[in-house]
Amino acid sequence: MTIKLLPLALGAALGMAVTAASGATLDDVKAKGFVQCGVSQGLPGFSNPDSAGNWSGLDVDFCKAMAAAIFGDPSAAKYTPLSAKERFTALQSGEIDVLPRNTTWTMTRDTTLGLNFVGVNYYDGQGFMVRKALGVSSALELSGASICTNTGTTTELNVADYFRANNMPYEIVAFEKSDEVVQAYDSGRCDVYTTDASGLYAQRLKLTNPDDHMVLPEIISKEPLGPVVRQGDDQWFNVAKWTLFAMINAEELGVTKANVEDMKSSDNPAVKRLLGLEGSYGEAIGLSNDWALNLIKAVGNYGEVFDNNVGPDTPLGISRGLNALWSKGGIMYAPPIR
Amino acid sequence: MAVQEHSSADEPPRGSILNDPRVRSVFYQLVVVAIIVILGWEIVSNTMANLKRQEIASGFGFLENTAGFGIIQTLVHYTETSNYGRALLVGLLNTMLVAVIGVAMATIIGFIVGVGRLSSNWIIAKLAYLYVEILRNIPLLLQIFFWYFAVLRAVPSPRNSVTFLDSIFINNRGIYGPKALFGEGSVAIGIALLLAVAGSIVLHVWARKRQEATGQRFRSGLSALGMIIGLPVVAYFASGMPVSVEYPVLRGFNFVGGLQLTPEFVALVLALSIYTASFIAEIVRAGILAVSHGQTEAAGALGLRPGPTLRLVVIPQAMRVIIPPLTSQYLNLTKNSSLAVAIAYPDLVSVGGTVLNQTGQAIEIIGIWMFVYLSLSLITSAFMNWYNQRMALVER
Repeated sequence: MTIKLLPLALGAALGMAVTAASGATLDDVKAKGFVQCGVSQGLPGFSNPDSAGNWSGLDVDFCKAMAAAIFGDPSAAKYTPLSAKERFTALQSGEIDVLPRNTTWTMTRDTTLGLNFVGVNYYDGQGFMVRKALGVSSALELSGASICTNTGTTTELNVADYFRANNMPYEIVAFEKSDEVVQAYDSGRCDVYTTDASGLYAQRLKLTNPDDHMVLPEIISKEPLGPVVRQGDDQWFNVAKWTLFAMINAEELGVTKANVEDMKSSDNPAVKRLLGLEGSYGEAIGLSNDWALNLIKAVGNYGEVFDNNVGPDTPLGISRGLNALWSKGGIMYAPPIR
Repeated sequence: MAVQEHSSADEPPRGSILNDPRVRSVFYQLVVVAIIVILGWEIVSNTMANLKRQEIASGFGFLENTAGFGIIQTLVHYTETSNYGRALLVGLLNTMLVAVIGVAMATIIGFIVGVGRLSSNWIIAKLAYLYVEILRNIPLLLQIFFWYFAVLRAVPSPRNSVTFLDSIFINNRGIYGPKALFGEGSVAIGIALLLAVAGSIVLHVWARKRQEATGQRFRSGLSALGMIIGLPVVAYFASGMPVSVEYPVLRGFNFVGGLQLTPEFVALVLALSIYTASFIAEIVRAGILAVSHGQTEAAGALGLRPGPTLRLVVIPQAMRVIIPPLTSQYLNLTKNSSLAVAIAYPDLVSVGGTVLNQTGQAIEIIGIWMFVYLSLSLITSAFMNWYNQRMALVER
């Protein structure tokens, strides 16, 4: 018994913070006037601060969309940069309200941590980056290689599984922060840098000579990345879930940041429901009926958010692939608003 | 009569029990204990209730689950299929390895620099002074990064390794050297070594007793060295030469086989020992200066040369001043080793962090961390206190 009590006592501060934060998150958020989002410590395209400290990226836009849906103002969001290790504790303890931080949806995380995944805002998979000079063209040629990655992520486990399954020895060098992984890989400590493929494209921009490096074709895992909320607050869960769905539905219905005002006069009932002109869908989740209108006005639909942050015209240059709408060859799909 | 008067004056003044200082002190102590117990119980039950309501799993059952991740440096057998408990053990042993080697190196460097600062040679004294002032004033984390990132960039890739005698290779994946493989029958060598060490200790004790009793000296050092080298060599040949040597070979991306010191380990040990040595040097200098100059003069008057004076007269007395602050430095070094996580050395904090992230058992892991560092520190502290007592001035 003493063994069980000791760590519990140590976690007392955590436990007390939880008490304060549980309950109706939406009411707390409305009362304090902003959404507190947990983001990465700097991953271009997903959540990255510029030199003036303004955050941007796919995950940041999700947070802005939530702020716009709740307050009608995308700037009513604050950001907490978190390491992979800190992220779940920060959410559990109530330090943040929602965690859009390129986090892979797995069963353990969904079930034992007291958390709920809202949906998927980026379908990713783990890949490998190597120096072109190595002359490697497939991940199966990486036997005996030194591999740099982040600690405390699913990537460490996937590498272990992949190399074991293919009976290849390897050496894993796992760092706490992404910046140090990049530095170590850049300095030649490792032959391979592995993380989610989107992350590889993003981190490659930080290398001394990005063009000397290439991402291998193999994708060795499923990494559905999505925002996370605390379990046990269904209202807040709904707000987050339908913010994401509204962005995807907007793309499907052709509603964009630019034409959202014009679309108000659309005859399409689905558009009318989305923009709050028919029915009272916003009120059902504790918001105003123009919630989706506000969020589209603020950040645009999912396709726009994707293109602005990680799409082909950005330095990351990622094509839609799996993340295209279901009607356009991808698997991005949202339940209808009705 | 006088006796009676005295005893009546000694009796406590009759008054309310509330004014009795003894009753009051007991009462207040009980109140304090009760408050602490209630607060502690409240914290624990509150945490447990919160965890349960949030449906966060708790307890230490997760230690039995398969870890599934690889670790770059393991002192005991570990594979991806080992459990979390095993992974944490690997982390603990890595922490202890860095701590023990770091403490030994820091002590040696610290003593050399500390004595150097008092040298009558101007250059040595100034060099030691520069060492102390530069290294103790740069934050440790920066020094770790320096040794890891700056030095790593200067070292060649595996295919262009710096090679010594075709058996030692230095590259940006680490330092590789030959490794002894102990075959069947090597137990005899181990036993011979243990016997030699035990024999040397007995010989040393005997030699000291005899010198104290008769004044005759017996140089036990050389005989001990002969025993410690000789006996295992004899055992080696007697048991049919069971030891073979494995050399590292470049295969594919990296060297395979042999003994590998990873850059993470080398950088961490260097940074920790060089940084801590700068503090130890100052402690040693202070200890030596604390010994009255009269002692040195007296030793000189007895005909002792400077070397033996330092070794037999000054240092033993200085040790009494040196040991207590030295203990603090040893504890600091052990605790600072947790900065390893910044450069991917798999110590307890790094491995524990991975386990924490995969299982989400934050409270349990942090509990284990605190318990382990507390235990390591208390053990170090207990050992140094014992040593301190041994070195204390014995009045004869």
